[in-house]
Amino acid sequence: MSANVVTRRNFIRGGTALVIGFSLPLEISCQKQTKAQANPLNAWLKIAPDNSVTLMLAKCEIGQGIMTTLPMVLADEADVDWNLVHVVHADTDPAVYDMGTGGSGSTAGQFTPMRQAGAAARQMLIAAAAQRWNVSRESCRTAKGVVYSGSQKATYGELAETAAKLPIPDLKTVPLKDSKDFAYIGTPVPRVEIPSKCDGSAQFGLDVRVPGMMRAVIARCPYYGGKLKGFDAAKAKAIPGVIDVIAIPEVSNAHSRAGVAVVAENTWAAMRGRDALVVNWDGAKPEDTSDALRQRMIALANQPGKVLRNEGNASDVIAKSSRKLEAEYEMPFLAHATMEPMNCTVHVRSDGAEIWAPTQSPEWIAGAVAQATGLSPKSIVGHTVLSGGGFGRRYQLDFAVEAALVSKAVGKPVQVVWTREDDMRFDFYRPANYHKLAGALDENNRLVAWHHRLVSTSIRDFWGGKSEGQEIEGAIDLPYTIPNVTLEYAAAATSVPRAWWRSVANSFNGFVVQSFVDELAHAAKQDPLQFRLALLPDREVNPKSKEPEFDPRRMRAVMQEAANRAAWGTAAPKGRSRGFAAHYSFDTYVAQVAEVSVNNGNLQVHRVTCVVDCGRAVNPDGVKAQMEGGIIYGLSAALYGEITVKDGAVEQGNFDDYPIARMFDAPDTEVYVLTNDNRPTGCGEPGVPPIAPAIANALFAATGQRIRKLPIRLT
Amino acid sequence: MSPIALNVNGKAQSVDADPQTPLLWVLRDNLNLTGTKFGCGRGFCSACTVHVNGRATRSCITPLSTVQGKRVTTIEGLSPDRNHLSAVQQAWIAEQVPQCGYCQSGFIMAAAELLARKPQPTDDDINEALSGNLCRCGTYVRIRRAIHRAAEISRADVARVAKGELA
Repeated sequence: MSANVVTRRNFIRGGTALVIGFSLPLEISCQKQTKAQANPLNAWLKIAPDNSVTLMLAKCEIGQGIMTTLPMVLADEADVDWNLVHVVHADTDPAVYDMGTGGSGSTAGQFTPMRQAGAAARQMLIAAAAQRWNVSRESCRTAKGVVYSGSQKATYGELAETAAKLPIPDLKTVPLKDSKDFAYIGTPVPRVEIPSKCDGSAQFGLDVRVPGMMRAVIARCPYYGGKLKGFDAAKAKAIPGVIDVIAIPEVSNAHSRAGVAVVAENTWAAMRGRDALVVNWDGAKPEDTSDALRQRMIALANQPGKVLRNEGNASDVIAKSSRKLEAEYEMPFLAHATMEPMNCTVHVRSDGAEIWAPTQSPEWIAGAVAQATGLSPKSIVGHTVLSGGGFGRRYQLDFAVEAALVSKAVGKPVQVVWTREDDMRFDFYRPANYHKLAGALDENNRLVAWHHRLVSTSIRDFWGGKSEGQEIEGAIDLPYTIPNVTLEYAAAATSVPRAWWRSVANSFNGFVVQSFVDELAHAAKQDPLQFRLALLPDREVNPKSKEPEFDPRRMRAVMQEAANRAAWGTAAPKGRSRGFAAHYSFDTYVAQVAEVSVNNGNLQVHRVTCVVDCGRAVNPDGVKAQMEGGIIYGLSAALYGEITVKDGAVEQGNFDDYPIARMFDAPDTEVYVLTNDNRPTGCGEPGVPPIAPAIANALFAATGQRIRKLPIRLT
Repeated sequence: MSPIALNVNGKAQSVDADPQTPLLWVLRDNLNLTGTKFGCGRGFCSACTVHVNGRATRSCITPLSTVQGKRVTTIEGLSPDRNHLSAVQQAWIAEQVPQCGYCQSGFIMAAAELLARKPQPTDDDINEALSGNLCRCGTYVRIRRAIHRAAEISRADVARVAKGELA
């Protein structure tokens, strides 16, 4: 295993300040503050005299259920009654909160801090009761929001005001519950915001209503690198309801483009106004096309890349082997396509600004809005609202900065609405990539050499930084023991913006590794599961290590459990075939078995069995939901996902030319969560990587066609 | 331009807007009924599904002029009140269907219409009736389960009414 890989998770975890997996393009002073030890009875729990409890969520609810998961942890340690709990998104407060939500890191990173905050709050409430009754703290106990000592009792609501003024216990040493005493952690607690999502009352970004608010739709340059030459607003202004048409500048460090905003009284007028707008863009259209990029990537794949991992001598062993296998894999750019298109509502005043954003990075956008408007970061308040999907797209700054520029120009609160076409064409795409692999088997059918040359458009080249930073996840940390291993990397240039897409590089490296291992298993005439199991190293991990490390025993367990649950090794139902894949990402182990059939040239995925080990599952039903969702997200990419570029512009615009999985594509899915006491690890992303190779491997078993290019095209 | 009259969730409304305005934006911007969602604007995703005279309809491609004098039901009007949720909504909560939840109003409205037409739908019926609805979070499997559950809830309700237990 390579020890020197800096993963996105490590970046995100990088200390107290918000640090993401790239060098920040903005100097945002508010993010450099060291977090003070916040008073938990103010920052995290607000207990009212009527005993109602408001729990603050300092992460963003984007569908992953974090609005329930983290408050469950707080409530458990604080010993409050879940039935009296109300959860709200915290407003930005960089001195206290780190709201950036990504890298499958919210539960993993906040589990212990939330326990500590909850436990400290409970200690303070006990101290207040002990003081009131003049008894020792040790004589006090708590149960569901009430402190007892002997025959005396007081509710948290009665004690909260006094308690909040008492000294805050040291969070590092505050005693935490024994896990056997958990009341909520580990139980399938219904999600707090789900009822509101079933009756229309949930407030997403586009549902924000601010008095005096205008709507705006922006015409952006269709190709990358273009500048505004001029525009004719006469026809747009003739549309009833259109109020103003203004140019907004490109903000390069927020990657927002130059545009012309049509500001109107209502959304439809703004959309019609933009349709009527005549805009001239300057500068030559880039010649970039998907085909040209593909040729560049192939050329790079045919020459040595930068060696990032090298053990033994894979090239030599493969060259001399009589039992070698070579294959090339490729995958396209992908759009996030959240169901709620990008949008943001901002009110820029002379003395500050308010932001209402469906976002994954509240503090970061607040800082970016401060910089774009010239306002002091301290004068900006960011309100986080529910996001209609995130998947990485809502970590960006562009939609918030644009809205701030428009609001500043018109002096009113403005909601900038993106159409689906805007959302599809002005995304930050999952990198396109190309792979050249070679492997060799020895006379005993053991895999003795693995050579992977990985060519990718680079996320960090776009954001600034070392280009290989993110494209190697899932490839460099191969879970197998192979005596000769080489990973080479080369970054391919492109003008297409790139960023994080659910599971990032694991989305393609998981496919490549789990497909090529399958090819090798078939070449070795071995069962694909047994072939993989035999490659797992036989070693134990250090239980005291500070960071989670790959544990082959846990990988073995999810693989075997998935095989058992899917009846691997027995005949599949008539006309169907099974495929296996297992991938480790975000410190979580996931194995999947797909059952497919091909009829009249149509591929149908009938059934998926998924087993996950994410350490302690705080909300097991939430873990299941994330796996189910990851499978469908990966299924969409496997069956349909492809963004292409022509003349520097994205060709797709809506769900007709960028299809995603529909009801009839959705397989029956069974998810099994292996429960244990290990620290909680990521769930939002690790369900994605195994599904495409599981399907492709099943397809090979069904038809003999080996899929080396996504989306899948049957021959 | 004279105001256009329609009935929304049982209430007479008169909307002063361009007759070509999609019903979606009338609901969201004029009537402030934000439960109906904008997803694609072209009828591809069905996040905007409402009932027009009882039929599931994509409001993003339905001009206001075409619903003049008609009954429109949105997610906000599917149940009489929050304490008496429809069978579909009860089932949706019981199965913990939504993730981000943005598409769910459309799914619930489509499912309610399916169940009204076909009280005991098969998986194939569900796949067919809801094939126009997109969910990016991937809640399809739970949606299928929830629709079957809603059918059970409705059956149970019918039985209780027959026994005189339910008004």
